[in-house]
Amino acid sequence: MSDTSSPHDAIGTARRPIRWHIAVFLMPAFVIYSAIMILPLIETLRLSLYNTVDGQSIFVGLSNFKTLFGDERWAASFWNALRNNLVFFVIHMLVQNPIGVALAAMLSLPRLRFVTFYRTAIFMPTLLSFVIVGFIWKLILSPLWGVAPWMLDLVGLKSLFGPWLGQPGSALIAVSLISVWQYVGIPMILIYAALLNIPDEVIEAAECDGITGWSQFWKIKLPLILPAIGIISILTFVGNFNAFDLVYTVQGALAGPDGSTDILGTLLYRTFFGFQLQLGDRSMGATIATVMFLIILAGVSFYLFAIQRRMRRYQF
Amino acid sequence: MAKPTHSPLRTGLVHLALVAYTLISLFPVVLTIINSFKTKNAIFREPMALPGPSSFSMIGYETVLKQGDFLGYFQNSFIVTLVSIVLVLLFGAMAAFSLSEYRFRGNTMLGLYLAIGIMIPIRLGTVAILQGMVAAGLVNTLTALILVYTAQGLPLAIFILSEFMRTVSDDLKNAGRIDGLSEYAIFFRLVLPLVRPAMATVAVFTMIPIWNDLWFPLILAPGEATKTVTLGSQMFIGQFVTNWNAVLAALSLAIFPVLILYVIFSRQLIRGITAGAVK
Repeated sequence: MSDTSSPHDAIGTARRPIRWHIAVFLMPAFVIYSAIMILPLIETLRLSLYNTVDGQSIFVGLSNFKTLFGDERWAASFWNALRNNLVFFVIHMLVQNPIGVALAAMLSLPRLRFVTFYRTAIFMPTLLSFVIVGFIWKLILSPLWGVAPWMLDLVGLKSLFGPWLGQPGSALIAVSLISVWQYVGIPMILIYAALLNIPDEVIEAAECDGITGWSQFWKIKLPLILPAIGIISILTFVGNFNAFDLVYTVQGALAGPDGSTDILGTLLYRTFFGFQLQLGDRSMGATIATVMFLIILAGVSFYLFAIQRRMRRYQF
Repeated sequence: MAKPTHSPLRTGLVHLALVAYTLISLFPVVLTIINSFKTKNAIFREPMALPGPSSFSMIGYETVLKQGDFLGYFQNSFIVTLVSIVLVLLFGAMAAFSLSEYRFRGNTMLGLYLAIGIMIPIRLGTVAILQGMVAAGLVNTLTALILVYTAQGLPLAIFILSEFMRTVSDDLKNAGRIDGLSEYAIFFRLVLPLVRPAMATVAVFTMIPIWNDLWFPLILAPGEATKTVTLGSQMFIGQFVTNWNAVLAALSLAIFPVLILYVIFSRQLIRGITAGAVK
């Protein structure tokens, strides 16, 4: 798609006068979107094939990628970040989305009271910025303040408490769960909407056949909301492989302790802008961004072509 | 309707589960806000207690207002968010109108092209965006942020708004044409007022990620004069880590506007999602 598409638009209608208003309506959005979003994206992909040698930018082919995957130091931090990112994603899929579905299933029960209140309250954390969420949880989990041990004491589990954010073994899980806490509202509200869209007749027919309660959820409702679960999964995927803010707020740009919470977003930030002793590297930054782009593109294409097409849709 | 009556036990369990989760989602926020009004001793001695006459203190807020230029940060955030929303709505609606109203060659392709941005995050282009902004001399200006957020908001806005514009009746528009209205007048005077509810939904969706963003302010506008609230509180808290009063007060100050907006718009937001998102 090039900048010439707008005059091009009018060619097909040569019999009529050129409809300038179409171009006028489209132009501002097209220009801003292309200039700030698409061109930089393409330029970033291009930059990943170049490197600076003696102050000059030269074409180096895939050698940046060779460095990223081959050089011991680069490869170690890249695979570490990718692995952590995968764990981050898996925890979201296993914790956030089932909780979201369960909450939505409860909220959509007929004649339940206070639904609006629950819905509003549970969705609220989603609106807060990562900065707020990150620091609040840092304070709560801090051994200094003692709120978390106090709460565990209430349920008799005080002995389990540890400085979770500070231990390499548990930091990533803790950060992921904080993110789950923040975002559980999104699957909840989307599934809730999907459940409300199921026509009453379907549910009534099920009840006439004696399918109620749990088996009604598993046999009738769940198959009907599968498309919504698919959308949520791909949204989670894109969001997770693009995440940066929460880790940066909670653990800093080094994604400590000992790189145990380093994900692709923080690796990109450190590589591109440099941090402490490490100098910023534009080409390697672009290379990591390109790899992230390819991962997200692969995920989205897999969803669009392999999952969404095969999914059964029911129309009422 | 002959629905089987749900047993009170089951309803009770459902309420129990929902109340438990509601507590989990509200507790951290409430905890922060009540402790921001307490003295340092009270924060540590009794974190769960409400501020009482002996423990009430505004010292945290005083420190924040004295040390950080929070009013300036708020102003920056407001300007950036507001201008971006206006641009996204105006340009997004114009593009959505022309995509949904007119048949022309490349219509579908253009629609797909504009939809790429829904799935591919703009953040991946950061390296080149920063380069471009440096070249244009826009680093450390609010304009840079506004441009980025406008580009970021447009794809979803166009997608949602064109869905809604397809529902505006053709008869109405054709009646306008017969009465001699120009295409611009039809758009601004007939169609825009009719899609106002959809515009409100788009506004809320656009607003949240802009207000909360840390990445682009950190990279494009980290200067003192252009800091947004999110970046400002991040940096402020980083400096005052040990001053718990100030940290809690800064957090509460950052929460309040979001809470107020949410109370005003929550109905709109939820209705918007339940109406359009899952089809």
